[in-house]
Amino acid sequence: MQILESLKAELKKNGLEEEVNILDSPRIGMCEKGPEILVYPEGLHYINLSLEDIPLLVQEQFLKGRPIEKWLAPAKAEKVTELREPTPREVRVVLRNSGKIDPENIEDYIAENGYEALAKVLTEYTPDEVIDIIKRSGLRGRGGAGFSTALKWAITRDSVGDIKYVVCNADEGDPGAFMNRSVLEGEPHAVLEGMIIAAYAIGAQQGYIYCRAEYPIAIRTLNIAINQARSLGLLGEKIFGTDFSFDLEVRQGAGAFVCGEETALIASIEGRRGEPRPRPPFPSVKGLFGKPTNINNVETYANVPQIILRGPEWFAEMGTEKSKGTKTFALAGDVKNTGLIEVPFGITLREIIFDVGGGIKNDLAFKAVQTGGPMGGCLPASALDLPVDYEKLTEAGSIMGSGGMVVMDEETCMVDIARFFMEFIQDESCGKCVPCRVGTKRMLEILTRICDGNGREGDIELLEALSKEIRQDSLCGLGQGAPNPVVSTLKHFRHEYEAHIYDKQCPAKVCRALIRYEIDPEKCVGCTLCARNCPVNCISGEVKKTHVIDPDICIRCGICKQVCNYEAVLVL
Amino acid sequence: MNIQKTNGRGVIEIVDLVVDEFHAKKEELIPMLMKINQTIGYIPNEAFDRLSTRIRVPKSQIYSVATFYHMISTKPVGRHVIKFCESAPCHVAGGYEVWKTVLKELGIQPGDTSEDGKWTLMTTSCLGVCAVGPVMMIDDDIYGNLTPDQVPGILGKYE
Repeated sequence: MQILESLKAELKKNGLEEEVNILDSPRIGMCEKGPEILVYPEGLHYINLSLEDIPLLVQEQFLKGRPIEKWLAPAKAEKVTELREPTPREVRVVLRNSGKIDPENIEDYIAENGYEALAKVLTEYTPDEVIDIIKRSGLRGRGGAGFSTALKWAITRDSVGDIKYVVCNADEGDPGAFMNRSVLEGEPHAVLEGMIIAAYAIGAQQGYIYCRAEYPIAIRTLNIAINQARSLGLLGEKIFGTDFSFDLEVRQGAGAFVCGEETALIASIEGRRGEPRPRPPFPSVKGLFGKPTNINNVETYANVPQIILRGPEWFAEMGTEKSKGTKTFALAGDVKNTGLIEVPFGITLREIIFDVGGGIKNDLAFKAVQTGGPMGGCLPASALDLPVDYEKLTEAGSIMGSGGMVVMDEETCMVDIARFFMEFIQDESCGKCVPCRVGTKRMLEILTRICDGNGREGDIELLEALSKEIRQDSLCGLGQGAPNPVVSTLKHFRHEYEAHIYDKQCPAKVCRALIRYEIDPEKCVGCTLCARNCPVNCISGEVKKTHVIDPDICIRCGICKQVCNYEAVLVL
Repeated sequence: MNIQKTNGRGVIEIVDLVVDEFHAKKEELIPMLMKINQTIGYIPNEAFDRLSTRIRVPKSQIYSVATFYHMISTKPVGRHVIKFCESAPCHVAGGYEVWKTVLKELGIQPGDTSEDGKWTLMTTSCLGVCAVGPVMMIDDDIYGNLTPDQVPGILGKYE
């Protein structure tokens, strides 16, 4: 805080207070390297600043326009920028203001036409007209299933009930997905405005935002936003002087992945165990506290004000025949530019990974991309030219999901990845229904033994049979989607399973039980470096003579390969 | 129990304060449990009893809710809690090597608390900062872009 004051004072001293606009950002991303300052439009990131640094920083950076190289975040830290300048293939709708406006200041949002859509809706349109606009835009649920938003609103509106609720699903639990967090922390008012419009359309008086407790900053930002909206009369009694009243509350989760499922989410808001229940009745008919409830994802709501302001035709122009608009994705894994992107539907996976994402790290080859979170699927290189929309991804054996995208290079073992996802699902299964609770456990056991080199003949067939049963018989989306990582890797990478089971080999050289290390006598110069670093002393050999690894003692830690300067250690 | 955080107040007193804050509403059970968990570090047995009396919900039901959610603990925790992200993006980014180093440095298994009461090690679901994986969280601090050799230095910063 002292730094902020000092920065202001120094800018003033140099007559720059009109030139430089200071935004007090809650967090830039590298909390362990704070205090930090981001300078735009240059996009320079200063870290580890102290009070004494400020005068020189102002002199050099702002007055003379010369960046102080040694205080900038190291090149490695560049990667932390979650949201870069958009590449030509990107279109920012939901993320248009993220990182540009102060999320804790409602005035900033209003200056970007914020709450104008709400004013228009309340004064010019009937609820049915609002639903019709959303219908013409073709907006579909961004939580993953892609259900028509207008239809959901219409069903909730038509359901009989004196009290109705709108709920925002901000329980973004998919590993590798942080699009919603970014929207909540970057432009919370867009979500609020979308929810208020939805409430008007369906006739609700009360709303809840269910946010996972792993996102403390999002929760804090939302609460600030709600209070500011209340103080301006945008929430509460008689909004904009009309007869429409609506208020909002944030409810936080407590760490349960399954609460992203809508019926489990409802149970959790009611203060119960977050276990799903069979549908129908759908929440639109019988939801929170037994009342008709409209549940949409963060991104769905955030799209609504833009659709109202710019018209449904503008929105429907983007995307494919059945999937309209844009979608945010979180790129993670072995791709050069990890972080958030927003692209129109219909873009190909190749464009996302290679044009927007910059290709594969370390110039390795692309192997697979996992879309749709843990219940999604892994798609191989042959699917790269697939246009991304709800239907196409499902046809290819994956799902849209909420928008996590984990890119994997050639050094990834697909059986290991399937095992990894199954471990997650098995752990997060709530335990209510047997196919999911027991079935995922059995699948994990089989996958683990395959990775440990103990795979048996018939294991693949057993996995397939279990997948089919779990998919058919589970209660909720988590169970029904649980076998997906296995089914999709079996479909596209069956040969890897076969190599593990029948040839006792891991083609990607990942599964430890199936690899061994050897020293190439042609390349070894006898420097003894590997022998000195081996934690179990399994490497023997004299100075300047070829060394040998004893495979019976070797624990396959790979340290010898890492330290060797002559690339003499081979993995077989 | 962490005396500093509780200001020397007893469990009953803490539960009462929390229940009053949430107007003893049954549907606020999860926020109440989270708040008690934050203050004391876990939910002791006597807190279950008091909560049950105050909000008129059977203890069995409160216990079933508390044990359902990962972030609510029914066992005492150490002075510092490490939450290590075990999600795919961190795994793909080299998380396993870092994880092994953490296990080696602390000498405890996930879910356990060290004998001196300093560390509790947990795994966590995705923290949503995947762009800087592998990631771990110690108390309220997030550490990203981790490599195995950084681990001893980071752990050494905590008393």
